[in-house]
Amino acid sequence: IVGKPERRVDSWGKVTGRAKFADDYNVGHQLVGKVLRSKYPHANILRIDTSKARALAGVHAVLTAADIPGSKVFGVVDKNQAILAEDRVRYLGDGVALVAATTKEIAEKAVSLIEVEYEPLSVVSDPEDATKPDSPVIHGDKNEFVHHKVRKGDVAKGFAQSDFVLEKKFKTQFIEHSYIEPEAVLAEPDEQGGIMITGSIQNLFSSRRSVAAALNLSLNKVQLVQATLGGSFGGKDEAMTSMCCRAALLAMKTGMPVKMVNTREESMLESYKRHPYVLYYKWGAKTDGSITAMESRIIADGGAYASMSQFVTWRSVVQATGPYYCENVKTDVYAVYTNNNYTGAMRGFGSPQVNFAIESMMDELAEKVGVSPLEIRMKNGFETGAVTATGQKLTHVVSLKEVLTKAAEAIEFDKKWIKYRNASKAEKMLGVGLACSYRGVSLGAEGTDAAETIVSVQTDGSVIVSSGVTDMGQGAQTQMSQIAAEVLGISMDRIQFLNTNTSRVADSGPTVASRGTIMGGSAAKNAAENVRKTLLEVGSAMVSVDPKQLDLRDNYLVNAANGQRLASFAELATECFNKGKPMIGLGWHKSPKTSWDEEHGQGEAYFTFVYGANAAEVEVDTETGKVDVKDFVSVHDVGKAINRAMVEGQMCGGVAMGIGYGLLEEFEFDDGIPKQLNFDEYLIPTSMDVPRIKTIIVENEDPTGPFGAKSVGEPTNELAAPALVNAIFNATGRRILEIPANLERVLLGHKLARHDKRGSEKKDSTDAMMVDSCKIRGEKQ
Amino acid sequence: MNTVAISVTINSRRYQLMIKPNVTLLEMLREELGLTGTKCGCEVGECGACTVLLNGRPVNSCLVLAPQVDGQEVVTVEGLAQGKSLDPLQESFLDHDAVHCGFCTPGILMSAKGLLDHSSNPTEVEVRTAISGNLCRCSGYQQIVDAIKDAKQTTDQKEKRRVHADTKT
Repeated sequence: IVGKPERRVDSWGKVTGRAKFADDYNVGHQLVGKVLRSKYPHANILRIDTSKARALAGVHAVLTAADIPGSKVFGVVDKNQAILAEDRVRYLGDGVALVAATTKEIAEKAVSLIEVEYEPLSVVSDPEDATKPDSPVIHGDKNEFVHHKVRKGDVAKGFAQSDFVLEKKFKTQFIEHSYIEPEAVLAEPDEQGGIMITGSIQNLFSSRRSVAAALNLSLNKVQLVQATLGGSFGGKDEAMTSMCCRAALLAMKTGMPVKMVNTREESMLESYKRHPYVLYYKWGAKTDGSITAMESRIIADGGAYASMSQFVTWRSVVQATGPYYCENVKTDVYAVYTNNNYTGAMRGFGSPQVNFAIESMMDELAEKVGVSPLEIRMKNGFETGAVTATGQKLTHVVSLKEVLTKAAEAIEFDKKWIKYRNASKAEKMLGVGLACSYRGVSLGAEGTDAAETIVSVQTDGSVIVSSGVTDMGQGAQTQMSQIAAEVLGISMDRIQFLNTNTSRVADSGPTVASRGTIMGGSAAKNAAENVRKTLLEVGSAMVSVDPKQLDLRDNYLVNAANGQRLASFAELATECFNKGKPMIGLGWHKSPKTSWDEEHGQGEAYFTFVYGANAAEVEVDTETGKVDVKDFVSVHDVGKAINRAMVEGQMCGGVAMGIGYGLLEEFEFDDGIPKQLNFDEYLIPTSMDVPRIKTIIVENEDPTGPFGAKSVGEPTNELAAPALVNAIFNATGRRILEIPANLERVLLGHKLARHDKRGSEKKDSTDAMMVDSCKIRGEKQ
Repeated sequence: MNTVAISVTINSRRYQLMIKPNVTLLEMLREELGLTGTKCGCEVGECGACTVLLNGRPVNSCLVLAPQVDGQEVVTVEGLAQGKSLDPLQESFLDHDAVHCGFCTPGILMSAKGLLDHSSNPTEVEVRTAISGNLCRCSGYQQIVDAIKDAKQTTDQKEKRRVHADTKT
């Protein structure tokens, strides 16, 4: 069963309309909850008057921060995010007051009747401006709130040894997760003075902690139930925590069930985004292409709140120099507060940004040395036994060159790269580009890493599996079911998976960092093995055969040597029940040890790594700047594909999202005011923007994962952008230093911004280092 | 606001309703009739999650007012399967692993159904065009396109098998 393209356990409900997403839950007499959000990106709140809203017929409650009985703030690292702003708003998505009313219309009317008097404050919207002395300070006494470093060797020595130095500045943009399901919860006061919340929640246990703290309840009084999740990509974490807290406050205050659903506009306005980075990269290299020094300074826009910036930027600092040998490394990554939307977890988690810079630099290095992009990567790329920038020796199979070679061959890279490079200028120019990466699996030294899965055998031989690891559409339920089915020797139709409920499984940490399969799957394997042991013991007594000579196969207890069927799985399950043996297996998995020395930026950052390569072929219209993706190859070493169809699905989906990152998507701010709030202006790839993608699965089994499996969710999303910009360079000779590579940047080399007056246009960036993106290959640098 | 009387056929069932004229077809389906299979993603006709068939043609139900469907015929995702027997299109989605989070799935199924009901053997471009108004953030569309292309084959093959079986008996 493991390795086969089994149907998803949750897909029947999803094609028939039976699947219940959060907004599909309704109970009698539920109230509708709505939020009044800030009017300014940065302001002091002088006065809130809710009297008119309270007086409106049909309104059951109007709440402000003063009505929160417990903790008024939440946060995974720094608890500085307000459930409702108390005296100050820090971005436009901040909530100020809540309403619960009998209908949506009344709730919206009541929201409009709340009077708030603000004192607007000056706004900082650019992360580099935020560190200047005259910048408004968003929290505490300075805006810089994270600084991670990596120090290896001596970069001064490395630059002295180099024949030349490459120096570039790169910029990346805010990205909206764009899960198609907007956030929704239903909060119901329970019979014991507690609360039950059903919702589109990615990380139930961290949301539960915040709800309990806000309501002054113990954790066992707060039950969070995961509804079928309509996509998350890292996005339904803190955005859901605030919604859960608000709905719970209204429900406890009114004693009535309260439903809250965001419109798309509310969702985009309030939810956090992927961090935009400003990246200064400086490499010293020799004429043979070897790298003697890598120095990077990276500034991440953390927006208004701390959120996950600490962890996101830590992954960036670990991976900032890529899978390449270099003895002298100095990396500094900073996160700063601004009045933009706060930024947090999104698929990739700090790697898409640095990979764009690293892989662009690698192509620049190839250009300078005069070799092909493939050759430069084969020369500098890690092999098994390599020591990373953080001093970690890679003892697993380092398959970087295997995935690179496969990607290059599949797109005929070398042949096309030369041909396209030498093509004479035409209206349509073709280009190919490569990118590769290594990526630490799971949380690494960020935090405690453990998970629980429960496998429960019923007396008729059917099985229920549940886990603290959540499924948000990636297929975690199916993977865990397949693993349990494999261990128990039963078919998939015997398994029913239950959505996560915080009161019924142990806190398994967040389902992030591509840890679903390796953590939840390992726990599922342990759980199933525990039950299997009991079943074989009972079976041994039942058929009078030594348990070592028994096996479970195809829904039967069999003789391991010859496959002779001795009893059906259902008979075995019944016998187990009759003998009073436990038919439930609790599986716990704790990841291998990792370490980190924050001061020197050295350590065993992750217990294992995955390797991937992407190759893109594009057609650039030199008259409009439009880039069409003609062909795309995605190669990933996943350790072991538990379900091949699902792994391929992750690869195609990751590439599509990566194409959006590289070419289309940009969530923009004008002085802290978001410019796009729905899909009419925020453009994600459609079926017409994504080409057929060739997927190649590489399997070097890793002992740290179940059946050798590692991870695939995030690595698939971190390579498309650099592969595309490298392909654009091959086609046009123009190096794109800021993504997305939209029409203006590809055609003109810079972005255009609207003047206040319609019809006029100006260059958005007058930055000396960014003007470089106008340089054409062959021009004097 | 005064309500208006409408009569509409949804998934082969006749409904007589009194409804406010500013209610959208999407709201009517989800909130008045409990047909929550049709999803709300953007309410501006961009994401396609709310796609249903109106007289056999795919429409964004968030852009249709309920009184506009008076006397018309609507099919939603709940109307695709016949009892326990799934539509070949649904089967094909399961076989191709074309369902990830599943939130866009009902809308895409209805867009695809609208295409397959009128086009016997759609090309890749025709399939991609038919679902170009349906946003999917999970899948990259590839397995969905394959599932739609294959669904028709499955129908045809099934038809052939049936005909073949009939001639044998």
